[in-house]
Parts: sequence; structure tokens; C-alpha cells
Amino acid sequence: MLRLDNIRVDNGGFFLDADLGVEPGASVAVIGPSGAGKSTLLGAIAGFHPVVRGRILWGGTDITHDTPGQRPVAMLFQDGNLFPHLTVSQNVGLGIRPDLRLNVAEEDRVRDALLRVGLRTLGERKPAALSGGQQSRAALARVLVQKRPLLLLDEPFAALGPALKAEMLDLVAALAREAKATLLMVSHDPNDARRIAEQVILVAEGRAEEPAPTEELLDNPPPALRDYLG
Amino acid sequence: MAFGAQPVRTWPGLAAAALVAAVMLAALVAVALRAETGAGLGAQDWSAIRFTVLQAALSALFSVALAIPVARALARRSFPGRGLLITLLGAPFILPVIVAVLGLLTVFGRGGWLNALLGLAGLPPVSIYGLHGVVLAHVFFNLPLATRLILQGWQEIPAERFRLAAQLGAGPREIWRLLERPMLARTAPGVAALIFAICLTSFAVALTLGGGPKATTIELAIYQAFRFDFDLGRSALLALVQIVLTLAAATLALGVSARGGFGAGLDRVVQRWDARTPGLRALDAGLILAAALFLLAPLAAIAAAGLPGLLHLPEQVYMACLVSVFVAAVSTILLLCLALPIALAAARMPLVEQAGLLGLAVSPLVLGAGLFLLINPVASPFALALPVTALVNALMALPFALRILTPKAREEVDRHARLAATLNMGAWGFFRLVLLPRMRPQIGFAAGLAAALSMGDLGVIALFADPETATLPLQIYRLMAAYRMEAASGAALLLLILSVTAFWLCDRGGRHAAP
Repeated sequence: MLRLDNIRVDNGGFFLDADLGVEPGASVAVIGPSGAGKSTLLGAIAGFHPVVRGRILWGGTDITHDTPGQRPVAMLFQDGNLFPHLTVSQNVGLGIRPDLRLNVAEEDRVRDALLRVGLRTLGERKPAALSGGQQSRAALARVLVQKRPLLLLDEPFAALGPALKAEMLDLVAALAREAKATLLMVSHDPNDARRIAEQVILVAEGRAEEPAPTEELLDNPPPALRDYLG
Repeated sequence: MAFGAQPVRTWPGLAAAALVAAVMLAALVAVALRAETGAGLGAQDWSAIRFTVLQAALSALFSVALAIPVARALARRSFPGRGLLITLLGAPFILPVIVAVLGLLTVFGRGGWLNALLGLAGLPPVSIYGLHGVVLAHVFFNLPLATRLILQGWQEIPAERFRLAAQLGAGPREIWRLLERPMLARTAPGVAALIFAICLTSFAVALTLGGGPKATTIELAIYQAFRFDFDLGRSALLALVQIVLTLAAATLALGVSARGGFGAGLDRVVQRWDARTPGLRALDAGLILAAALFLLAPLAAIAAAGLPGLLHLPEQVYMACLVSVFVAAVSTILLLCLALPIALAAARMPLVEQAGLLGLAVSPLVLGAGLFLLINPVASPFALALPVTALVNALMALPFALRILTPKAREEVDRHARLAATLNMGAWGFFRLVLLPRMRPQIGFAAGLAAALSMGDLGVIALFADPETATLPLQIYRLMAAYRMEAASGAALLLLILSVTAFWLCDRGGRHAAP
């Protein structure tokens, strides 16, 4: 269980308030107008923005002051999810050992993860030699080996076409289900939410609301969401 | 970078910067304490001060005045070899001063090419020694720098402005008034101030082409007070004067200019509609040819003069050669050990870079004199000649290395720190797996500059060396002083090859990295 206990996040002078809980294993979309604070919410959970009030709890443990690497979080950003000078296998391996000193069993785990995301033969390539979709798959393979219980997506598929994006979302949903991970993903597109999220957190006017069932919220939006959806 | 996402440690950089600042300040304090202000400045000292300022002002003036037409020609003409020529304009930076001086002597010296031509025409010979020789050598070194900087100014004029001017029917004269003169009013004073500041601390040129009461710079006077009179008090007083002058010039240069010296993107030619007349074409072609000749002739001369001597060099030259390679290697390693941590720390706290820039405010001979005064009570400075030379060379290369490394370090930290933080890479992992491989080209370039600068340096070693010790540049100077010009030219060619090779090896090593 992820609990944001009456927190206020400081993102360089922009403040976001949140007081909400996310059930373990839930898939939650974070929706709202641009600049409302969606990325700030995820950044706070991942440990990139200071929390000036309240506490962040994971399974009852206070993680408010943990460094990003200590948190139970795997995160994919809008861009820059792969190191361009390392091979795909090395990028994935970083998820197991950040110093890249992998033993044979760990190398096998990297190979399995690449197989799972459909990049079996591309491990020795550099990210630049992959298509956009393949790069997303490589990043997902790393998330897979990281085995963190909380997966945060800050629109990593925004640059992909609609069909490819849907494919990636389905893959993410499947991987999260298999790992019983909790998934939080920022989205601009209500259809993304309908596709893989049972719940939606609405972020508007500097405030993140308690998760609500997706269909209910989108079919019957409150005023702030209605303005955004148009 | 955001809270918590810090895979870069700042303390090694802060420690390195503090060390650099401490060495510089200790040397300055040593100089200040030892300076015998009671006696005041003698007539000779005043003459050195006047000469220093005069030659620096003339060097700046001629370099900029000549660079403006050359830069304009390069800015508005495209021709095969243009890129190569612009790259060559950067070469004097790594060219050892003593090599250039020998090259200039071969062309402009008493028995040189120019006097041979003048003799054929029945004209009296010219002499390269004294004020005009010093200024000539400084223009040789700084005309290319001025040309590059002013060319950059030209290329920063947006192409649309030229298009608009052409559309309005503006000719060369109107374009000069509308676009070019205002640009030059902005750039040229800064370039002149920079060259003035560089020439203020001239030592090797003054040592070889100047000298005597009429042509002694302050740096040279410090050296002479040290070596010939062993008058530490007077030499410290001169060093104090040099510090004041350097600081004043650096402040002036920073005040009138804010642009960097390593401009990229000079390979673009803006399309121009105003300069298509045959007369202007011929003028530009002539200017470019003359500039190229002025730069290449001394280099060709040293190659021609050195080749016969290269095969039977005296024994000491080979020893000095080994010493120089060793000093350059140590100096380069030292530089990287200082510059890399400082650059990483400066990526997060820009103020740290300032410590490294202290090297621009303290001249090599002043630093050398200070270190001599510090070492003298506890050990023999002559025994430490080589380590001190390596250290001073590294400190002098530091500002340039930081200019190369810091922007790249900042870019890489901004780009990858978040991802590294979520992966819990740690500072060492981030350095080893991300920064080192990503910064390899910059590290190689900085190392190449440091190696070449150290290899060719004739400064503090002259202060510290006993007769048995010499780096290759110092050995060449000694051969010159003994009028063994053929051996000196041969050794100079060897030094040129070594410097260029050292730069090339480091730079290539950086670029031929795996990614």
C-alpha cells in the first residue's frame, strides 16, 4: 500500500498537495491538465522533489527521506531511459547491479528479460540502433529485472504512434500483473487510462485527488476534468 | 538537479580546487612577503614595465588590425581547404614558442629568407631582435587566435540580416556600416584585451628575441634577477608588479568581453550578395594567401632547417627529449586528476570553476618564483626542478581544460543523473559507467592540450634547472645561445613532432572510443 499522508511537494516553487492511498497491485492513471502537477506527483514518490509537509509511506514504512535508489520504485521518464553509450544488455543489467559486475546467473536474467520483451537478438546493440518501440521495450526489460514493487511511468511512450503506444501499454500492464507490481502512469489520453487502469488520480489546480474508478470518473467527469477533456 | 538525485560527489572537486587555490595563494604570499619594497623600483625595472606594456599593446593592436580583414575574407569566401586553414588557425596554441621563434628566425633572421630577398633587391637587411621581433612573434601567435574569434563574431551575424541587406540593395559599404562595424565594435575590444593580457606574461619570446635593457619584459626581468643576480627580493618585487598588471589586464579583458575561445561551427559560410566584384574577390584571395603564408612559412622553415640536423643530434638533446616526455606525461596526469573532479563539482556549483581560472591571473614565472621561495628553506629547488615544472604546467593548462570539460560534465549530469539515481548507481558507478565513457573525447582533447603545452613550455624550467637538467625546449635555447643553430633547428623539429604527436595521441585516444 502506497500512502501519501497529507503531503506538500515543492517543485522549484510550484507546490502540489496530495492526501491519498493506492492499493497494492493497482493500476492507476494520473490525469489532468498540463502543468497541473502530474509529473511532480510521480517525482515526489520517486524522490526527485522534496516533500515539505506530510509523509510518504510504503507498506507502513516511511520513505519520505530515502534517496531515489533506496525506494521501492522503478521509473520510466519521458526520455533518457537508456544510456546511449551502453549496449541494450548493459542497460538492462544496470537494473540488477548498478556497477554492472554481473555473474552468470545475472546475465541469464538479463537474457530472459530481453526474451520476455521480444528483444532476444538485440542485446548487443546500442540504443541508437533500435527503433523507438524497441527502445521502450529495452527500458521495460530493465524495469522487469529491477523487480521493484512500484512502477512509475511519466509518459515514456509519448513519442510513439498510437498503435505502438497501445502495444507498449498492454505489455506494461501484463508485466505489472505478472510481478504483482503497483502501477502509476501519467497520461494525457483518457483512452490510455481506459485501456489499462482500473483507477484514475485526477491532478488539477495543485492538488492530487484520491483514486477513483476509471469508467465512473471518465463517463461522469467533475468540472475540472470536464474542462480538460473538452 | 533535483533533490535527492545526486550521483555526483562535489567534495573531491572542492578539495582539488582548494588545493589549486592554496598553491597559488601560497606562492603569491611568499612573493609578497619577500618583495623588497624599501628599495623601490629602479630605472631598469621601470623600463621593463614600460616595455612589457608597450609590446603587449602593439601586439594586440597589430594582431587585431590584421585579423579583421583576414576574418572578413574567411567569412565571405568558400574555397577548398578553408576548413583545414581554420583548423590550422588553432594550431599555434599547441606550437612550442621556441619552435616558432626558430622558424621566424629562419624566415626573418639575419641570414634568413627575407633578408636574402631584400639583398637581391639591393635593400638593407632587417633585424628581428628587439621590440619589433618580440611583436612579430606575438602577432604570429595571436593573429590566428584573433582571426578565429573575430570570424566567430562574423558568423554570429544572422544570415537573414545579410539577406535583408541584399534585398534593400546594400553594397559592401552599407553592409559594413549596418552590420559589420557594430559587430566589430562589440568583439574587437575584447579580443584586443585578451591578446594584451596574454602578451603581458610573455617570457620565452622575450628571452629569445628580446633581452637587454631596451627589450626586457617583467617576466624576463624576474628570471634575470633570479638567475644572474640571485636577488630574490628584487625578483619578488617584480613578481608583485607582474601580479598587479596581470590582474588589471584580466579584469579589463573580462570586462570588455564575455566570449569563449573554443568556438565551434566555424565551417559555415554565410551567403553574401554584396562582395561578388572581381576586385573584392582578388583582395580576399590575396589576404587569405598572405595570412596562410605568414603562418606556414616559419613552420616550413623549421622543417627545412631542422631536417639535416635531425639525424645527428647531440647527446644532450636525446636526454632532454626523455625528460620532456616524462614531464609532459606527469603534468598531463596531474592535470586530469585536478581538472576532472573540479569539472564535475563545477557542473553542480559553477563557482568552483573560478578556482581553476586563477591560473589565468598568475603568470608562470611569478608562480615559479613563489614556489622557489617556498621550497628554498626546506629543500634544494634545483633538485625539484622537474616536479615543479610538471605542477606549474598542469596549473597553467587547468583553465583551458576546465573550459573543455565543464560544459560536457554539466550536460551529462543534467541528462543522466535522474536515471542513475533511480538505478542507485552511486557516485563511483556513475563516474565509471557514464561520465568517463561519455566524456572521453573532451578528456582526450584536454589531455592533448595539456601534454602539448607542457612538452613545449619554456618558462619555469628556465628558473629552476641546473646546468645538468634540461627539458627539450630549454636544451634548444641553450643550443641557440651557443650559436649551434643547426643542432637547435634539428631539436626544434623533434620538439615540434613530439608536441603534435602528444596532442594527436591523446585527442585520437579520446575520439576513437567505443561509442
